[in-house]
Amino acid sequence: MKTASRLMAANDSHENWIPFIDMAAREVFELMVGCQLTVPESYEEVPLDVTAMVGLAGQLCGVLSVRCTGKAASLMASKMLGVDLDKVGSEVSDALGEVCNMVAGNFKNKISGLSEGCMLSPPTVITGSDYDLHSMADSPALEVRLLFEGTPVQFSLQIHS
Amino acid sequence: MAIRALIIDDSSVMRKIVERSLRQAGIDLSEVFQAGNGAEALGVLKENVVDLILCDINMPVMDGLEFIKQLPSVENAKNVPVVMITTEGSEAHVVQALSCGARGYIRKPFTPEQVKEHVIPVLAGKS
Repeated sequence: MKTASRLMAANDSHENWIPFIDMAAREVFELMVGCQLTVPESYEEVPLDVTAMVGLAGQLCGVLSVRCTGKAASLMASKMLGVDLDKVGSEVSDALGEVCNMVAGNFKNKISGLSEGCMLSPPTVITGSDYDLHSMADSPALEVRLLFEGTPVQFSLQIHS
Repeated sequence: MAIRALIIDDSSVMRKIVERSLRQAGIDLSEVFQAGNGAEALGVLKENVVDLILCDINMPVMDGLEFIKQLPSVENAKNVPVVMITTEGSEAHVVQALSCGARGYIRKPFTPEQVKEHVIPVLAGKS
């Protein structure tokens, strides 16, 4: 397990954290959604119109977000609840928010300095693609793009100093 | 023996996952109560008797740690074992929860096997 201070010192851009985001996301999907995320051979540009965000505060300040299509979010909820896709309704936002919360928690638990020194906010979920997100982040977001049941899902960590 | 459980989490999806995991772990549930935060849970416990409580930590209104601290104020629930299920996985959180009276601690994400591993000893009074 790496410590936050060692990783920050080693690389100001925090690119060393990308594998931890990847691992955190894969574990959440395997254990809680019941499917494997896969690496896309090529990344199809489709509108990712559902976004879940969890804020991090303390030793690390930033926002971890999960973006996907509405169809993918519904499928996640369906798999998490163990019900048919057509039976899923208002739980979609709750499910994606909880996925984001668990990815953020699992990520910080993999980095010892963050586990104890970083708090998580309750998740926020935005639907629709007609918005601009202006972050106070001072470095490019760390992004992991994977496929969930053949549709793209994007995990992003924006870090504030 | 069938048991009555109370599941406390601000996510309704997570409450359903926890219930399913308990059943997959082989725990016979005769009744399942749900609450979205600690304050709501205290209200449920004033009206109902349960054998086991599964509780998240980060919740609005009243979080899981405050809930455990206030649990002894509910006469028919003060000895009910509480197992935390949370994304907060640091040792500090575990120690804090156990010192507040929690009998077990499960980190999200989890498997039904992990639920079984932590809940069965609690129900058997071994933890």
